[in-house]
Amino acid sequence: MPASPVSRVAATGDLRIVGQAGSEALVQLLTPEGERVDHPDYVVDAPAERLQSLYRDMVLARRVDEEGTALQRQGQLGLWASLRGQEAAQVGSARALMADDMAFPTYREHAVVLCRGVDAVQIMAIFRGLTHGGWDPHRFGLAPYSIVIGSQALHAVGYALGVQRDAARARGPARPAGQTTGSPVAVAYFGDGAASQGEVNEAFVWAGVYNAPVVFFCQNNQWAISQPAERQTRVPLYRRADGFGFPGVRVDGNDVLAVLAVTLSALQRARDGGGPTLIEAFTYRIGAHTTADDATRYRSLAEVETWKLKDPLERVKAFLHRKQLADPAFFEQVGAESDALAARLRRKCLGMADPPALAMFDHVYAGEHPPLRRQRAHLAAYLDSSPDPGEVPR
Amino acid sequence: MSVGTRAVPTGAATGTYREALREAMRDALRRDDRVFLMGEDVGAYGGAFAVSLGLLEEFGPDRIRDTPLSESAFVGAGIGAALGGMRPIVEIMTVNFSLLALDQLLNNAATLLHMSGGQYNVPLVVRMTTGAGRQLAAQHSHSLEGWYAHIPGLRILAPATIDDARGMLWPALEDPDPVLIFEHGSLYNVSGALSDPPAEVDICHAAIRRPGADLTLVTYGGTLPLTLDAAQLLAAEGCDAEVVDLRVLRPLDTATFLESVRRTHRAVVIDEGWRSGSLAAEVSARLMEEAFDDLDAPVGRVCSAEVPMPYARHMEQAALPSADKVAEAARRVLAGG
Ligand SMILES: Cc1ncc(C[n+]2csc(CCOP(=O)(O)OP(=O)(O)O)c2C)c(N)n1
Ligand SMILES: [Mg+2]
Repeated sequence: MPASPVSRVAATGDLRIVGQAGSEALVQLLTPEGERVDHPDYVVDAPAERLQSLYRDMVLARRVDEEGTALQRQGQLGLWASLRGQEAAQVGSARALMADDMAFPTYREHAVVLCRGVDAVQIMAIFRGLTHGGWDPHRFGLAPYSIVIGSQALHAVGYALGVQRDAARARGPARPAGQTTGSPVAVAYFGDGAASQGEVNEAFVWAGVYNAPVVFFCQNNQWAISQPAERQTRVPLYRRADGFGFPGVRVDGNDVLAVLAVTLSALQRARDGGGPTLIEAFTYRIGAHTTADDATRYRSLAEVETWKLKDPLERVKAFLHRKQLADPAFFEQVGAESDALAARLRRKCLGMADPPALAMFDHVYAGEHPPLRRQRAHLAAYLDSSPDPGEVPR
Repeated sequence: MSVGTRAVPTGAATGTYREALREAMRDALRRDDRVFLMGEDVGAYGGAFAVSLGLLEEFGPDRIRDTPLSESAFVGAGIGAALGGMRPIVEIMTVNFSLLALDQLLNNAATLLHMSGGQYNVPLVVRMTTGAGRQLAAQHSHSLEGWYAHIPGLRILAPATIDDARGMLWPALEDPDPVLIFEHGSLYNVSGALSDPPAEVDICHAAIRRPGADLTLVTYGGTLPLTLDAAQLLAAEGCDAEVVDLRVLRPLDTATFLESVRRTHRAVVIDEGWRSGSLAAEVSARLMEEAFDDLDAPVGRVCSAEVPMPYARHMEQAALPSADKVAEAARRVLAGG
């Protein structure tokens, strides 16, 4: 999905959603076999176009991910963290967002990035080492990837506090405080491992105490590198929310429709002044932790195979087929689009020029700074006189 | 510390830095039942840098513990276990993440002896990977051992050789004070001779890694190999450089490098940390304070560019010390005065 603008109305309008987070069981609307099931809290009526577009998002995200892995294997990227298996969790949640909401992703949220309207080439530029950021956080409502585990949860809360403050200022002194109706929501993405960090738990405390318009979106992909989720928690993660004073819900993270519904509901709650929600998207990391990891060292192939049967794309495809909500031409077209995207991605990625070495000084501070200028001059002189300049672009 | 059997000969004549560290842990775990290892991915995975590979199989999950993902928690819990008489080895994946445990390290581990009027020792050992050069970008490439060397109450070790990787852990565990061991990421695959039985090493003194008469190059940890390379470059130009490996960054052994500079009259300090407020600054200041009259030229320094470490390979290399940069700095010092 190259650089398509984020729709203002994102996911509202064509979906009718009743109910709120807090139910005990796993929320599921589409079984792994592609059967539609009802859920008392999330009554969803999704038109064919919506399902098609979610399916298309997932296909393209998976393709970008496959290209990322392939490019890394060919030495074109420094590293790649695969999202395989988590397409539904990421697409469903990201498509619930409005353009002015703010997402705080980790290094694995490539599908969120794509759904926010960022060109996939930007992600490749990061992993190729050409830029540390890639996209404009303000324009896309998307913070840079967080790599230090858990830190972004606090950023999301702080952002949400700012949103609350903006809303209060806009209302003026005469109006009652405490409501943020219609204003943006911050969404913190993090993993099951991150849920053990103090910073994430502190973010929960803050969000609760300030009733902040924030959604905590935890992708429990069952692994934190080599450590299984049981090493992080004794109760299901979503139930932790209770102790912090806000609702938690566990959703089938491989069910894009359920994820969309649950996230829309949590976002609405936050917009209405109802405060935070913890969503635990129960999913699975099909690939290794990153291209630097060998997952066979610590988990069984049988486990991976079991989860492959719950594939997030296949169930939507099966449902669309069975209900005749999409014809073969649709699937062909998505396939062709995916091929074209992959080809463009490879071409652009290989064609990107290295930044000059001296660019390292560019973003240390917002402005110029004499000692840094001296260091830059010194390094420039050194590189010029270096006996073996090699391929280093200045 | 109760000593059981002595260090077991490994039979291996050569090995890598990584293997030396692993043997040191295996040996400590065999010798003292109070020793255990904990951290992220240290079990089945064998540690982020494969240092503890195979230890889970030998010692079981009680003594090789995968912990929940929280640096503050496992360092804090390590302090508690040490206070109760255990001898924990805590592995922090990298120095970058030790920042999440800074309060435990500085406000707690480093001060509890003082705050308890000398009654509460913290015999904790924390190991972590440090340094750049492997394309891991700004948040995974710090060299902060110089920062930690600023803190009274901690002993800071930087093994740069196979023998130090093998030998520093046991005396660190015997030390009643908290000890931080910094393993430079670029050294894990370096291989060399492993003394058998393992050489006894001290954790108090610097070491001269190459004797020389014309100039002293002072360094430690990950920059030792490139400093030795620089000495080779200089030798080809007729300059006989002495190389001092600090090894112990705190308490810092001043005598060894002072004595060296009193003979050579010139010094360059090489430190992968950022220059301002660095360990290199401390060494330079001590030279100025205590060997001013012996110096024939101002002390030179080679440090990393003061920027967040770039990700792109060519930029990262440009930001870091190199043998060539050391040789260039040495030539300037030789020309001056
Ligand atoms: C503070 C911190 N500690 C350790 C790491 C190393 N590390 C990188 S990813 C990871 C596991 C994270 O697991 P999880 O939160 O479940 O996210 P996932 O990778 O499964 O998406 C760890 C320990 C880190 N990046 N930051
Ligand atoms: Mg995980």
